[in-house]
Amino acid sequence: MSVENGIGAPVRRKEDQRFITGNGHYLDDMNKVGQAYGYFLRSPHAFAKIKGIDLNAAKAAPGVVDIFTGQDMVADGIGGLICGWGITSKDGTPHKAPPHNSLAVDAVRHVGDQVAFVVAETLQQAKDAAELIEVDYEPLTPVTNIAKALAPGAPQIHEEAPGNLCFDWELGDKAATDTAFAKAAHVTKLDLVNNRLSPNPMEPRAALGDYDAGTGELTLYTTSQNPHVARLIMSAFLAIAPENKLRVVAPDVGGGFGSKIFVYAEETTTIWAAKKVNRPVKWTSDRSEAFLTDAHGRDHVTHAELATDADGKILGFKVSTKANMGAYLSTFASAVPTYLYGTLLSGQYKIPSIYCEVQAGFTNTTAVDAYRGAGRPEATYVVERIMDTAARDLNMDPTEFRLKNFIPSDAYPYETPVIMTYDAGDYATAMNMAKDMIDYSGFTARKAKSEANGKLRGIGSAAYIEACGIAPSAAVGSLGAGVGLWESAEVRFNPTGSVTVFTGSHSHGQGHETTFAQIISDKLGVDINSVEVVHGDTDKVPFGMGTYGSRSLAVGGSAIVKAVDKIVEKSKKIAAHLMEASVEDIEHEHGVFSVAGTDKKLTMGEIAFAAYVPHNYPADLEPGMAENAFYDPLNFTFPAGTHIAEVEIDPATGVVEIVDWAAADDFGNIINPMIVEGQVHGGVAQGIGQALLEGVQYDEESGQLLTGSYMDYCMPRADNLPSFRIATTNTPCPSNPLGVKGCGEAGAIAAPAALMNAIVNAIGRDIDMPATPEKVWRAINTH
Amino acid sequence: MTTVSMTVNGKKVSADVAPNTLLVQFIRENLRLTGTHVGCDTSQCGACTVHVNGDSVKSCTMLALQAEGAEVKTIEGLAANGELHPMQAAFKENHGLQCGFCTPGMIMSAVDLVKRNPNPSEETIRTELEGNICRCTGYHNIVKSVKSAAENMGG
Ligand code: FES
Ligand code: FES
Repeated sequence: MSVENGIGAPVRRKEDQRFITGNGHYLDDMNKVGQAYGYFLRSPHAFAKIKGIDLNAAKAAPGVVDIFTGQDMVADGIGGLICGWGITSKDGTPHKAPPHNSLAVDAVRHVGDQVAFVVAETLQQAKDAAELIEVDYEPLTPVTNIAKALAPGAPQIHEEAPGNLCFDWELGDKAATDTAFAKAAHVTKLDLVNNRLSPNPMEPRAALGDYDAGTGELTLYTTSQNPHVARLIMSAFLAIAPENKLRVVAPDVGGGFGSKIFVYAEETTTIWAAKKVNRPVKWTSDRSEAFLTDAHGRDHVTHAELATDADGKILGFKVSTKANMGAYLSTFASAVPTYLYGTLLSGQYKIPSIYCEVQAGFTNTTAVDAYRGAGRPEATYVVERIMDTAARDLNMDPTEFRLKNFIPSDAYPYETPVIMTYDAGDYATAMNMAKDMIDYSGFTARKAKSEANGKLRGIGSAAYIEACGIAPSAAVGSLGAGVGLWESAEVRFNPTGSVTVFTGSHSHGQGHETTFAQIISDKLGVDINSVEVVHGDTDKVPFGMGTYGSRSLAVGGSAIVKAVDKIVEKSKKIAAHLMEASVEDIEHEHGVFSVAGTDKKLTMGEIAFAAYVPHNYPADLEPGMAENAFYDPLNFTFPAGTHIAEVEIDPATGVVEIVDWAAADDFGNIINPMIVEGQVHGGVAQGIGQALLEGVQYDEESGQLLTGSYMDYCMPRADNLPSFRIATTNTPCPSNPLGVKGCGEAGAIAAPAALMNAIVNAIGRDIDMPATPEKVWRAINTH
Repeated sequence: MTTVSMTVNGKKVSADVAPNTLLVQFIRENLRLTGTHVGCDTSQCGACTVHVNGDSVKSCTMLALQAEGAEVKTIEGLAANGELHPMQAAFKENHGLQCGFCTPGMIMSAVDLVKRNPNPSEETIRTELEGNICRCTGYHNIVKSVKSAAENMGG
């Protein structure tokens, strides 16, 4: 028996109705009676001492309610922003965590750093008043480039971090890797830059703080991917209010891609100021502020070496990376270039020994943290670029070289030398599928045809793996995480048989209202339109960890399944009582409870009603039908697959045209294939953006952000992208009840390496991302 | 303050606004029609797209006063008599949206695109939508939505 709109059906999204009619409720759509507007005065300097701030003229400006500086917050006992993942350096010392005040106290360390917060009756008045604030800056020489920041003699950004070093971390077995290299027939070396990106969800961040002087309760409406974590940090570390007096609500959120995980200065200042002025205060970022302050992604400089034997088998892999953390450590910044990166350097391959070291440092730039993929795109980029380079060195077809080195499908569970245990996979099947989809063997003929037309043609693949379903709490705890990474759910039946599901996951485009409803519909036979999914409000849903790292279905969905199991268990007891049978004889399928071997049955709806109107009810059972569950995953999940890109390049202009894209992904079981495809499209588009178009640039001398708007930061637009060919394979994840793996980041992880491999294949030499026409043209035309 | 009057979604509206009020501000703040979004400050994302006298316009590039006497249509006015516009229906049917933030602007642009190109090719759709940024969908399903809507609209 299968259920309409159940697991596996491409159900059209429930949430769409409000979005396509303009009835979504994004943060800036909300207003409160008596609301004032907040505006941040930001540093025009990349690095400067603050010698004094004169607010007198500004405070007297029309409409000003109040103006706050960093000293005011410190005097009020408000703590600094934190980084929640501790990293231990090679020498055993903890990572350097310099203070990070929401509003600068004695120095500014990147352009856009918050200096003062103006609250006024209108936004225009707040902006006008900010112009009257006089800040006495003593400009210092900035450094924005990570290699330069870590070099001797660089400007010292934080006293607490000598030489600007945040940590110097290692993973893997250095001695074993050195030994492997000593035996190698061939060593391939590669230098790579992973460009800095600006996440750019289309909805800019915003915050609306509301204080109830009667109850002492503070409510922060904010653009967050994880409202409970925001509440925890603001309460436990910033001391804004006790957790029970602080409510955080994330309404419809217009995209996140990681950038809305973090607890930022603006949100914390806004909620704090709302209490200070005893009025609702709203702050909405404009796009320019978003470029200056939303945590950036990537920014690695890497040297990698791959050792192979005479037969083309990999013997060892060495990776040395410098990671730019920006001016301050953002909420999870330290985890990204370490445990989300080094642990994935085995890729899909059997590599006997791996050694990785990462030096992370501070620069006078915007903080860098998780951006779609977070560490895993960086790892895949290193692995998959060097796989292609090595294949070239060895005169092998890159896909053959990969196939030769894949972990075989009977080797699971497979322990890598970088502390991951892969649970299931079949890499060759996915790669062969992608090759078929793109007609890999026909490439030579297509290339000849392009050449006849004066064009260069290239093909490139990337066989990526990621660790999703973040994460087993004990595992991440032992690696330095300050939190557990379980998820919560409550499944609550109403007496009339409709269901409300409360989830600690948070949807900001992923379609949870539909996917989660499908699970309920499938398991409990409830019409999908009678299922409501509630998320994003700390007063409504049980404490949850939120959505990132492609974890919502594998972890949040599993929590729902656990709650459903409890519902079923209780329902069986009620059914047994009502049908005068023993519990052991009750069978359950999709919300129908029957007595084995008879035609007696009751539906879930009838049982729920009986639970709320318990006139005839088991004496030892509580009335009501609501269950909650917390699910802590047993392992990460390991989505993997192959993407192959084919490009044609005009040597006269350097313009890269993506002529074909084939993706074969193993996401395990799939609840809604339509949504999964959409996630892959979006991920690939962001990966293509990174490879071809995007890149945050700073002026090295002044530290000014050069790519501060859509005029200078090149976002992928409809005419930059092709349509994609997408297919899936399936090795179900053995560690969660749904057998699902996570699909949100795969595209962004696979795409940059596949596309750059295709470009390098076409032009015959290495270049760095983004492969702009100018760069490609120069690579082709300079010899 | 100056008085501005126009017809928005078929209703006559009028308000006193500062002369530098943008049309998008007038729509969002004065009329509280919050389906029209603001995604940038350089007139490049298209999240604010509405129709002014039947043509799509980025409402952040225009002063409210410039729309004096005009017929303005926003996403809230697109469905007629409780029936979704074929473009809205096509976005839902083809998963042409994820977070939904770009969607109102995207749909308003797409309606105008199909009006001018009743039977658009994929290339035309991609070129025409160049002024609307979507960070979520990779455009694949947006293109599919517009194509299918054009067919349903009798192109
Ligand atoms: S808000 Fe109008 S184009 Fe971006
Ligand atoms: S659907 Fe999110 S920006 Fe387009």
